[in-house]
Amino acid sequence: MTSNDAAVTSVPEVVTKDRVVIRFAGDSGDGMQLTGDRFTSETATFGNDLSTLPNFPAEIRAPAGTLPGVSSFQLHFANYDILTPGDRPDVLVAMNPAALKANIADLPHGGVLIVNTDEFTKRNLTKVGYAQNPLEDDSLADFQVHPVAMATLTRGALEETGLSKKDAERAKNMFALGLLSWMYHRPHESTERFLREKFARKPDIAEANILAFRAGHAYGETTEAFAVTYEVAPAKLAPGTYRQITGNTAMSYGIVAAGRVTGLPVFLGAYPITPASDILHELSKHKAFGVTTFQAEDEIAGVGAALGASFGGVLGVTATSGPGIALKAETIGLAVALELPLLVIDVQRGGPSTGLPTKTEQADLLQAMFGRNGEAPLPIIAPQSPGDCFHAAVEAAAMAVKYRTPVMVLSDGALANGSEPWKVPDADTLQPIDPGFATEPNAPDGSGEFWPYLRDPETLARPWAVPGTPGLEHRIGGLEKADGRGSISYDPDNHDRMMRLRQAKIDGIEVPDLQVDDPTGDAELLVVGWGSTYGPIVAGARRVRGLGHRVATAQIRNLNPLPANLGQVLRSYKTVLVPEMNLGQLVLLLRARYLVDAKSYTKVSGLPFKAEELQDVFLDYLTGTHPNTSTTTNGAPMTGAQA
Amino acid sequence: MSTDLGLPSIGGLDLVPHTEDKQTAKDFTSDQEVRWCPGCGDYAVLAAVRSFLPTLGIKRENTVFVSGIGCSSRFPYYLNTYGMHSIHGRAPAIATGLATSREDLSVWVVTGDGDALSIGGNHLIHALRRNVNLKILLFNNRIYGLTKGQYSPTSEVGKVTKSTPMGSVDHPFNPISLALGAEASFIGRALDSDRKGLTEVLAAAAAHRGSALVEIFQDCPIFNDGSFDLLRKPETKEQRLIAVRHGEPIVFGPEDDRYAVVRDGFALKVARAAEVDAADIVVHDQESHELAFALSRLSDQNLDHTVTGIFRNVDRTTYDDAARAQLQQAKDKAPNADLQTLLNGRDTWTIAG
Repeated sequence: MTSNDAAVTSVPEVVTKDRVVIRFAGDSGDGMQLTGDRFTSETATFGNDLSTLPNFPAEIRAPAGTLPGVSSFQLHFANYDILTPGDRPDVLVAMNPAALKANIADLPHGGVLIVNTDEFTKRNLTKVGYAQNPLEDDSLADFQVHPVAMATLTRGALEETGLSKKDAERAKNMFALGLLSWMYHRPHESTERFLREKFARKPDIAEANILAFRAGHAYGETTEAFAVTYEVAPAKLAPGTYRQITGNTAMSYGIVAAGRVTGLPVFLGAYPITPASDILHELSKHKAFGVTTFQAEDEIAGVGAALGASFGGVLGVTATSGPGIALKAETIGLAVALELPLLVIDVQRGGPSTGLPTKTEQADLLQAMFGRNGEAPLPIIAPQSPGDCFHAAVEAAAMAVKYRTPVMVLSDGALANGSEPWKVPDADTLQPIDPGFATEPNAPDGSGEFWPYLRDPETLARPWAVPGTPGLEHRIGGLEKADGRGSISYDPDNHDRMMRLRQAKIDGIEVPDLQVDDPTGDAELLVVGWGSTYGPIVAGARRVRGLGHRVATAQIRNLNPLPANLGQVLRSYKTVLVPEMNLGQLVLLLRARYLVDAKSYTKVSGLPFKAEELQDVFLDYLTGTHPNTSTTTNGAPMTGAQA
Repeated sequence: MSTDLGLPSIGGLDLVPHTEDKQTAKDFTSDQEVRWCPGCGDYAVLAAVRSFLPTLGIKRENTVFVSGIGCSSRFPYYLNTYGMHSIHGRAPAIATGLATSREDLSVWVVTGDGDALSIGGNHLIHALRRNVNLKILLFNNRIYGLTKGQYSPTSEVGKVTKSTPMGSVDHPFNPISLALGAEASFIGRALDSDRKGLTEVLAAAAAHRGSALVEIFQDCPIFNDGSFDLLRKPETKEQRLIAVRHGEPIVFGPEDDRYAVVRDGFALKVARAAEVDAADIVVHDQESHELAFALSRLSDQNLDHTVTGIFRNVDRTTYDDAARAQLQQAKDKAPNADLQTLLNGRDTWTIAG
């Protein structure tokens, strides 16, 4: 234990650091997500680069004080551009014995541990299997432990308010936030303002939380229990205006912006599902932008209503997670047949079935690609950071409108709930898209008829004629339609032609070439990822390069159609490695399509890759020591946890 | 209870552009060959709808028919309006998105007993409770036709079909009772062959603002032939068909043998008119939920007594009007909603170049 016998000075030493990882951990009812969120906001306002990883149970309130009930929030912030929420915390704040037990294994030797001692009662210790109080034996000797009676101190600070003991103690998370804010020199005006707004209708609760927050700050300042405080200078990011944003918020703003650039009203049909519900919540606030949100009776109705809206000339959107995509599959197939614009957001979570609702995974790629009856191709875009969800949504909507097709965006739980500083785009620079509604009959035979399936020769898109347009009355549907004229057709040749036309339309969508980051230009190992693995892959590559190795990285954003140069890129590296949070879905596609012997590294723990973990995998490949002995059923080498 | 948004009470078609042009059934007939089986009740309904639509006086291009899957769901192909033949059971959901997005459209759903009450039951009840401005035509032939003769959720218990060689053991839905349970604001019923009665119910449904469910008893001559003959044959129909009209006493039957509907505890029963006090004869009130329910229970699938006409017709704020009103309120409150302001949020910082 170092806290009490450390050399104390009236002004703590200020240590400058490049980066810090803090993890707040407590019971689900302790407000750890809010605490982490506030610390993140303060950090963003201060100008650090940052990345966050909220990690919470699916239960709203698991039994108090138990291991399954532990909720945590990890924040990585730095004075340079960082890519991941950090592998291991430098500082662990544990609000109870369960939080300590669930998280202590991640704290490196010498790490700072701040513990709320009030919860370390015999009963609570027993509940999680501690025979002895770890604060009283030497099991924590490797760490810099700061025992703080947070509940008692918070209660003391709130004595004058007249709040009950229970209500007063509820503010202890703000005490912890105040203490950490002091330790890391965070600005605290925004938190106080936030609390006043959050509890605007309960001013006494707002004041109590502010008092607790200040008390935590004052405790750090006056008790001399902490020998050092830390400074992390603002990051030197590219010039511009920044804000902090989560993936779900960025996705929602992208949908609002998509309405703006297409000039179309937006209709979101959705059914609540973790971790996509926040998109419904966020968009429901933006009616002034012409966004209608419809909370449907089920997932199928959500996408059905969105498709109905699209038929009416509106930008139809649905947002869900993997189980919802499964239910929507038939309607998405209908949208493929109808060739109407539709934006489908899949915020992937752990599967199969209900799986791990609050955890992240990338195992819906093949469902997105092939999860419909018949040949039903559609474009797929995967954002690679929380802020990138904005751009992915705008691009997907533009693609949907231009090519008259459903487009799927594959986000995931890590992107959805994770946050980062986001360079706010200039709304005026977003490229407008003309929906180009049909207004005139188009029959090539001059009959004055309207042919709903007469395609644009460039894009192969069909005309979008919306109800209310005189002279263009027509019927569409899921039955196969005659090429051009659009009436029902059971003709074998026509079906074959229509199938190939639909495929050719998607294959012909223009997507940017894959950018490869190969600083020396002569790397032999190419690491290919998609979606949220961008951060850990690039962070892992940086570490490996720092050790003097050469490695190239590339993140595939357009998963269908794939970039035109992809085959050439893959063939120009001796080894291609594909890390994924599934059992090898992209690698299966790449091997099948390009006949390259791409290697797979997979993990499906519900948590993102760690930079350190990928560094080790890359090193194994670079030094030829990878235990590459077994193969999966699809022929890809089995690696990582499976090996 | 609906949210009171102070919306004026308006008719079902008041926001749809009208036309002074003379329209005929031919204008509403598409160039597609009608492909139902000979003798199918759908022909009669199609003919009735084609001649009914021109009477609405709305622009043809603002009329949309959305259907699901089943024989009746081919309906949109045969009408020269906008149309979508969608997927099994989902038409009410698709139409909900369309009607909510476009107040200027007259949106109709064509569905059957399998489509609406089996695979699409959930969407039907939710469309009804929301009271979206949709007109739902439920073609009830008590059988699966397109899949060639399995029992449906309205088939009688004991029905022998391809999938129930020993007779169906499924208890059927009563579609009217179901719709009432789902808070439907308009419910009507007609026989396919009764052009006049059907047209009357359709006209009232079109004028109603909100969801309207019109159950149409329709004959499948191939797999359930003669299923409603008791209601068609002159010698049986008069004792069985009870055509109700708002504000009028419920009496029926041949002139020389009249019957009346009277109260029986919480329910209703049929009695000989001559044997009851005229004051005890129930007067139809289309705004009474309870009366409508009792009428729907007058007989079960045996067709002993079958009520036709308008069971229920009440004014209730529609989902789509309320959703659009909220959108307008938000726009009025923030007439210059600025995308850049939204993107910036409240806490930004700037890094100088």
